[in-house]
Amino acid sequence: MSSTATVLAAATDTGTGEAVTFWVLGPLAVLAALGMLASKKAVHSALLLALTMLSLAVLYLAQDAPFLGVVQVVVYTGAVMMLFLFVLMLVGVDSADSLVETLRGQRVAAVLGAVGFGALLVFALGDAVVTNEGLDQANSEGNVEGLANLIFARYVFAFEVTSALLITAAIGAMVLAHRERHLPKITQRDLSVQRFRGGQYPAPLPSPGVYARHNAVDTPALLPDGTPADASVSRVLAARGDVRSIPEQASTTAIERAAPRREDDGS
Amino acid sequence: MPLLMPVLLAGLLFCIGVYGVLARRNAILVLMSVELMLNAVNINLVAFDVWLRDELLAGQVFTLFVITIAAAEVGLGLAIVLLVFRNRATSSLDEMTELREDAA
Repeated sequence: MSSTATVLAAATDTGTGEAVTFWVLGPLAVLAALGMLASKKAVHSALLLALTMLSLAVLYLAQDAPFLGVVQVVVYTGAVMMLFLFVLMLVGVDSADSLVETLRGQRVAAVLGAVGFGALLVFALGDAVVTNEGLDQANSEGNVEGLANLIFARYVFAFEVTSALLITAAIGAMVLAHRERHLPKITQRDLSVQRFRGGQYPAPLPSPGVYARHNAVDTPALLPDGTPADASVSRVLAARGDVRSIPEQASTTAIERAAPRREDDGS
Repeated sequence: MPLLMPVLLAGLLFCIGVYGVLARRNAILVLMSVELMLNAVNINLVAFDVWLRDELLAGQVFTLFVITIAAAEVGLGLAIVLLVFRNRATSSLDEMTELREDAA
């Protein structure tokens, strides 16, 4: 165990700046990940996961891997997380997840698995072979050039296979998400015919009433016979109950008009 | 900085990801937990790459490949989630019980 500890504690010669970066961003990443687990709303989870990935990207930048840091930001936080958010919006933003457990002992098992994994990691590291070749030598021409030399020379076959995989995945996603059109597309002419033959009111809806002292959007317009035109107020306001009723409106204005002088006398 | 710290961070994140995969029921959240696990693995790869001062930068190259594969996986996974949602109007994993055996 002590040898494990010494091997683990064998420090790479990094400055205090990297340590500070780590101690700020590491806990931040873990906290964001925990928040991802704990938050009920899926969108909050996605944003917290994006925060985790951003802090990991900065960690990569601090660890002599600038290209990976940039790729992490572009691919993970830029593409993958936004894809997640996009699908969340399609599936329904308010898709809350119940956090109540239905399986007995699942939390205990999960915690046991976590501890076991950590122990495995720590003990396996005790056997790690330490070689000291130069990362600086590898990065001598710059990190991006070093990676490019590797990707396009030594790992070029794997790189090509990866590109084939990406294309396959893109085509697969398109095939899966594609919806076959069974009915002919509705043209503008069809829409116009529907509108006029349907027997509905074909013209644009009337605009709400404009009164000097009130926000006109929530006040229905008056028809020539004095009745309020309900269609002139937005459906949203009507559903919220924010529409001012016209009789109340008329009576208050009438009273105010008749009695301002008396109110002033009273005060 | 000792190697212990990045490895510990990776272990914590991986465990959180495992817990998320096991505990969450929304398919999208499960996929996000899988992403978290892949990220934890990436931390390990980069940390060991730095620690071993690998002349070949193998850890960083593998991290690149992992990121690529994760992107492909997410694209397909989310397409499947969308397809299921379109057919079932749900993305909850508990409600997808079509292939379940009847409880004996």
